[in-house]
Amino acid sequence: MRKNKLLTIFTIVVFAFLMIPLFIITVTAFGKGTAITFPIKSFSLKWFYNVLTLDSFKTSFLTSLEVALLATFIALLVGVPAAYALARSGIKGRQLIKSIFLSPTIVPGIVVGFALYQFIILTLKIPVFAGLLVGHFLITLPYVIRIVGSSLEQFDFSIEEAAWSLGSGKVKTFFQIVLPNITSGLSAAFMLAFINSFNNIPVSMFLSGPGVSTFPASLMNYIEYNYNPSVSAVSVLLMLCTVIIMVIVDKTLGIASLAK
Amino acid sequence: MAYMHLNHIDVCYDKKINILENLNLEVEKGELVSLLGPSGCGKTTTLRVVAGFIEPKAGSFQLENEDITKVPVNKRNFGLVFQSYALFPHLNVFDNVAFGLKIRKLSKDEIAKKVNEMLEICGLEEFKDRFPAQMSGGQRQRVALARALVIEPKLLLLDEPLSNLDAKLRVNMRMEIKRIQKKLKITTLFVTHDQEECFSISDKVAIMNQGVIEQFDTPENIYQRPKTEFVARFIGFENFIPFTKEKELNYKAQNGQLFDSDSTCETSNCIGAIRPEDIQIATKEKSKNVVKGVVGVRTFLGKSYQYETETDLGKFLVNMQADINLKEGDEINLYFPPNKLILVQKSNA
Repeated sequence: MRKNKLLTIFTIVVFAFLMIPLFIITVTAFGKGTAITFPIKSFSLKWFYNVLTLDSFKTSFLTSLEVALLATFIALLVGVPAAYALARSGIKGRQLIKSIFLSPTIVPGIVVGFALYQFIILTLKIPVFAGLLVGHFLITLPYVIRIVGSSLEQFDFSIEEAAWSLGSGKVKTFFQIVLPNITSGLSAAFMLAFINSFNNIPVSMFLSGPGVSTFPASLMNYIEYNYNPSVSAVSVLLMLCTVIIMVIVDKTLGIASLAK
Repeated sequence: MAYMHLNHIDVCYDKKINILENLNLEVEKGELVSLLGPSGCGKTTTLRVVAGFIEPKAGSFQLENEDITKVPVNKRNFGLVFQSYALFPHLNVFDNVAFGLKIRKLSKDEIAKKVNEMLEICGLEEFKDRFPAQMSGGQRQRVALARALVIEPKLLLLDEPLSNLDAKLRVNMRMEIKRIQKKLKITTLFVTHDQEECFSISDKVAIMNQGVIEQFDTPENIYQRPKTEFVARFIGFENFIPFTKEKELNYKAQNGQLFDSDSTCETSNCIGAIRPEDIQIATKEKSKNVVKGVVGVRTFLGKSYQYETETDLGKFLVNMQADINLKEGDEINLYFPPNKLILVQKSNA
């Protein structure tokens, strides 16, 4: 194959542009001083220790984890049947309903957050954690419907018809035939929904309350008052988690399945 | 009463267009009946009504003298084979075939016995552990057939099962289907748009057009004696002459010329149809059924040449043996043998 030198250089530049900030952050996390400096003068793991022992980080991390898992789980429970209905039934205005389901991803996060604040906190007066859960459910649902919907559309409908003709009822067919064949879509939906919920700031900011805060929100809060390498350490830990998850996904399903 | 009976079936789409109109079909036990027609003629819709995927707006469907119009798909016990094979991608061949038996809650030993028997009939023993993605089109189609047959269905429904296969495999597979169908004596409905495939395999053929069965008969009868213009066109008649009836067996064309035909026609207006290979060059002594024409474009067909011939009665396509060599502009007399000139009814398309 003929190699294009210019293209190679361009690729390297883009890659460097993406990777250098991550590299700098990683290095600064291991500094000894109280200010974030690059390059670091001496090596230390004390900021990692600091992060892991900080109570506000610990509780908010657990809150975020809990909210993200629960919200994603509920979104799957609601979103998978909804996606199935949208993909299979010939109801009128299918396209319109689809776009409505996707609207939370189009409207700016801050607007969604404010609208939910108005409705959930001020009008319905739901407890903070429940409110947070509802908000995160709403922002994760579109991902589930979109991704599961597209894998359902790729799944040959006559396979279901064949199962029916062999005597299997509709519910049984869904669990025995349809679900086992859209697992890659389901796990992709789970990952994206989870990551989006876990990283979300605008909706969480509006819906947090006394004692209940999500991880990104409390991280932001911390940075406002303490600008030290703890932040870098947190970033490194998060990157590590993501890499581990990705490796697991790649080993079990293959990264390519996420792109489907 | 026939084994399977479709009674005045109406199906419409969006409550406006009639896809099927007053459709009647009777199939005897053990017969293989084909639904043949161009795409959009309603043949697949008919099959889906029988399968239970579509509920007709009017009419009823009887099987063994029992009305099963309202019985849901999964309670009908029919075997279906789809054009796309529709195998379960996550199950291997054995489990694909066993699926219907597992739903029927048979014991493990019974399932294994029946599945293995069916795999043997379909020549699939060695592929038992393969997954659909690891098999060729022909093999997958045989798995689909085995899966449909193992439940001992009351009816076998085949929806264009061969159209995704290449030409040679198609011929083999249709022989295979015929062999298995006769061996198991299973009543079968076969949907296809391929005339040759349909004639070679069927006991009877229903030719469909615009939601109506135009003719339902044995392949031989349809081939020799089409009833309507549509059927005639579909099975290879290329030349048509509008006639008015003068007297029995004697018909007048639009230019006043009289023709003899051995076939009969009930109405006063009808159409004379003839295949390109049945038109001959007139010998001197023939005076009736002769039309004078000028040779136009010539096409090579292998065994013969096809000539486009211009006459008073319009264009005719004529096939001639390769040793008869005509050139463009040659004047010839065409002879229409009375036993090959078939009278058909005008169709609405």
